[in-house]
Amino acid sequence: MPIESTAEQPRVFSLSERLYPWVASTDHKRLGIMYVIAALLFLVVAGAQALLMRTQLAVPMNHVVSPAMYNRLFTMHGTTMVFLVGMPLLAGFTNYLVPLMLGARDMAFPRLNAFGFWAFLFGGLLLYYGYLGGGGLYGSGSAPDVGWFAYAPLTERAFSRGSSTDYWILGVMLTGFGSLASAINVIATTLSLRCPGMNLSRMPLFVWLMLIDSWLILIALPPLNAAQIMLLLDRRFGAHFFDTQAGGSALLWQHFFWIFGHPEVYILIFPAFGIVSEVVPVFSRKPIFGRQAMVAAVVAIGFISTSVWAHHMFTVGMTSISNAFFAASTMLVAIPTGIKIFNWLATMYGGKILLEVPMLFCCAFIFHFLIAGLTGVMLAVAPFDWQLHDSYFVIGHFHFTLIGGFVFGMFAGIYYWFPKATGRMWNGKLAKLHFWLFVIGFDLTFVPMHFLGFLGMPRRIYTYAPGRGWELLNFIETVGAYVQAIAIACFVINTIHSIRKGRRAGGDPWDAWTLEWSTASPPPEYNFEVIPVVRSSRPLWDLKHPQDPDWKYE
Amino acid sequence: MSTAAVPVPEDWHPPDRGVVGIASFIVAEAALFLMFLIGYLFYLGKSLNRPYPAQVLKTPVFITICLLSSSATIVLAERALRRDAVRRFLLWLGATILLALIFLAGTGLEWRELIVDDHLTIATNVFGTTFYSLVGLHATHVTIGLIFMLIVMIASLTGFPVQTQERRIRFLSWYWHFVDVVWVFVFLVVYVIGR
Amino acid sequence: MFVVVASILVLLQTGGLRERRVANIFRPLGTQAAHEYEIALFTFAITGAIFVIVAGLLFYIIWRFRHRPSDHNPDEPPQVYGSNQIEIAWTFIPILGVFVLIGVTSRFIFSLQDTTSQTPAERIRIVGHQWWWEVHYPDYGVVTANEIHIPVSGSTGRPVLLQLESADVIHSFWVPQLSGKTDLIPGRANTMWIDARAPGIYLGNCAEYCGTQHANMLLRVFAEPKPAYDNWIAAQRRSAQSDAAQSGRNVFESLSCVNCHTIRGTVAKGVFGPDLTHLMSRTTIAAGMLENTPKNLRDWVNDPQEMKPGSLMPSMKLTGAELNAIMSYLESLH
Repeated sequence: MPIESTAEQPRVFSLSERLYPWVASTDHKRLGIMYVIAALLFLVVAGAQALLMRTQLAVPMNHVVSPAMYNRLFTMHGTTMVFLVGMPLLAGFTNYLVPLMLGARDMAFPRLNAFGFWAFLFGGLLLYYGYLGGGGLYGSGSAPDVGWFAYAPLTERAFSRGSSTDYWILGVMLTGFGSLASAINVIATTLSLRCPGMNLSRMPLFVWLMLIDSWLILIALPPLNAAQIMLLLDRRFGAHFFDTQAGGSALLWQHFFWIFGHPEVYILIFPAFGIVSEVVPVFSRKPIFGRQAMVAAVVAIGFISTSVWAHHMFTVGMTSISNAFFAASTMLVAIPTGIKIFNWLATMYGGKILLEVPMLFCCAFIFHFLIAGLTGVMLAVAPFDWQLHDSYFVIGHFHFTLIGGFVFGMFAGIYYWFPKATGRMWNGKLAKLHFWLFVIGFDLTFVPMHFLGFLGMPRRIYTYAPGRGWELLNFIETVGAYVQAIAIACFVINTIHSIRKGRRAGGDPWDAWTLEWSTASPPPEYNFEVIPVVRSSRPLWDLKHPQDPDWKYE
Repeated sequence: MSTAAVPVPEDWHPPDRGVVGIASFIVAEAALFLMFLIGYLFYLGKSLNRPYPAQVLKTPVFITICLLSSSATIVLAERALRRDAVRRFLLWLGATILLALIFLAGTGLEWRELIVDDHLTIATNVFGTTFYSLVGLHATHVTIGLIFMLIVMIASLTGFPVQTQERRIRFLSWYWHFVDVVWVFVFLVVYVIGR
Repeated sequence: MFVVVASILVLLQTGGLRERRVANIFRPLGTQAAHEYEIALFTFAITGAIFVIVAGLLFYIIWRFRHRPSDHNPDEPPQVYGSNQIEIAWTFIPILGVFVLIGVTSRFIFSLQDTTSQTPAERIRIVGHQWWWEVHYPDYGVVTANEIHIPVSGSTGRPVLLQLESADVIHSFWVPQLSGKTDLIPGRANTMWIDARAPGIYLGNCAEYCGTQHANMLLRVFAEPKPAYDNWIAAQRRSAQSDAAQSGRNVFESLSCVNCHTIRGTVAKGVFGPDLTHLMSRTTIAAGMLENTPKNLRDWVNDPQEMKPGSLMPSMKLTGAELNAIMSYLESLH
């Protein structure tokens, strides 16, 4: 913090003086905010990529972008959204909230935290440098164009000339190191820095979810790094891991990638689960229903998710036994997920539901994630998947999970904790406009995709011929994309305006119950003057209701 | 926020953050090595051309003994440090470093023979690909451990009181034990099963 | 007028087969697709019921328990922490449902995949390339590209066995109305069964991203009554007529066209591009991207990069005379 000048005139700080405290910071709150801002910037970039794609697909045989450019767009859109929006958003929320929720002063390893952020940022910049440097000697293309899951042997030197694939490998690998660092930090913080009295069963559900999330990161990210190292060795050192001409296996890449890739989508959804588990109780004015069951469900999902990966490979010609096994394991994951949905509903039942914007996003989350889960069950039915795989149905499904689940959850969290982080309240009308436009736009774009899948439209095609029954649905989807863009613009305007001019919010604007609401808004650098001691999972409820504290019932 | 109302529990002893940190890191590294081991096993017998493992691999007994002994010497170093016997600590740390260097040198010689005499490179066939990447990944980790041990040694020799860093040096030794355990698996897969 | 003539020509060429452009998986016309449709309906029933119940509950709860402005009660609602019985109930019931679905799915998987005891009506070997389909009928010595003919299963009662390979990267064979898809993976041969219960031209796409022109790697399956199919096979088995367009043929054989293309009965024996022996028997060119009209064919040969940028056929930089000669030869390859 800059030291107050003793002179009469307030000192004007230069740009570098204002940036330095942020750039050099190891404070978890600053890093958390930086993660979120960087992620939102990448969200706008990836959103623009999506808009371009949708514009190209609005009508058949369109010429807005060339085929090569389109292929780069869907590759970069997917890679950016997963690694440069999803992962940093969850790291941002986690690093900001976990110490506050645990009653600690910072994360266990503050410098490692900073390393994680900068590794993510530089990894992202390295990936995007591909636009400039990816052509290599051949000038044969710029940014990576191999799809976000980069199947071999398309990614081998013979089929991907130039350096674009190498930028994909190195950029993503570097962000992966950042994610691993963050995961180690979260585990250590959660296990070692809880304030006295906060045993694991009294930890906020968000923290529980991020603890298990971090364990998943520890075991799921290294397989991706392994595969990427192998691919790099193939491309640059003549190795043959995925070189089918020399006895290498194209399927090995798929196995390794999806051993990472499937847990990855759970890594992405758990923070949303955590946020919803914090917001829904506060805006229903009741504690979460079935705390232990919620924790057990997440542990179960975490375990099961490591054994389902080959449901991405039902069409490669695996044996019937393999297909049946992976279909079964994938369907099993529906059980604990369903339990969570039921518990959220039971939390709302009998409560006093306040339909503020965070809660609106939570309700939208439950509805859309329910649909996403059910379309996931459809995909788990392997014979049905033989039709639906690699079609627009899958794109509809995973956008329902990622936007309808992850992004709605993140917006719920942003609106919920924005007053805490900034000390200001956002504009309610603009927020509601954001919500409704975004949900309507989202449904306009992604519901029709399921039907396009039924009509035989495959993924990753830059154009399509007329007369196949795809025109109207594609056009509607494009309209929806533009509606979403307007919604995001509302959000950005609201955020920027509210940070500067929003009404001052106090420490506890929502009358909530977890420790972060006991600090000022924004919290001081040291978080807590005195490290708190807790006796239940809702310490502020106990303080506000001394006649009827939670620890009598837990 | 008042804490007067709630008594501090007497038995509040959460685990050491460093222990959790290094354990988590080792879990992630184990996952990484597991994938390369799986890759190695997957490609056994799938090379389309010579040389094949049975023809060119020689069991590296001596350097294995050196590496595994270095786990013992680092334990002895730690024991000395716990008793503030810095000179003895440096002696055993030096022994560990020396054994690691012998391991790396032995690997280097083995590779030289394979490349120059047997014409096996990473590009020769899938055996070469999986062999050099797996053994190389392990050797890289040995090197990193070695560098950290050298930093500790140089720090101490230039006057830094390493006895204050006993905890962190213990974490380094756990990393070192992990690297040795990985070698046991690599040895089994490459030189025993793989032939 | 031109459109009418062209359509008639196409219809004649296709033997009056109807082109089924809308490939709705819920109007299956092949046995595999029909089974997949069955299990899809079963799945819809279960997931549909779950959706109606849970979404209904959600909306009901929001409506019933929302805080109304007229509600001035400052007290918090009853703080309910959970219920073990309820948790067990709503764990147990989904487990039952999931096990039913697992059972049905497994049964379908085993019956659909392990049909090795069948004798195929025909055997077709398909090799995927960036961005076209190489098609072999090994029992007849027929080689063609992109357009596959099969006998309608009604007349033989047996499906066709496809062997799927790839010459470069991963592709996927998907003709939705006939069957779910199977991937073409380099270094591995996959097999799949396919049949059509009604005659027609069935459209499909490559369904695994395979590079720049993945979007234009289209499939056409011509399902014909057995006599028509047999005629087609007989015509395809013949070598190219040796007397037509001789000067054009000389130009073709003197240029590097022969390095990539095969025309049976000539010196052209290249295997990197589609077999052109019976080029004019196909309704489309460029892997289904363009109709096989004289203008399209000419534009394609003149500059493939203009029509399908990134495709692996280079622009041959032919002179006007060379192009005319080649065109007259190609148009003779019925």
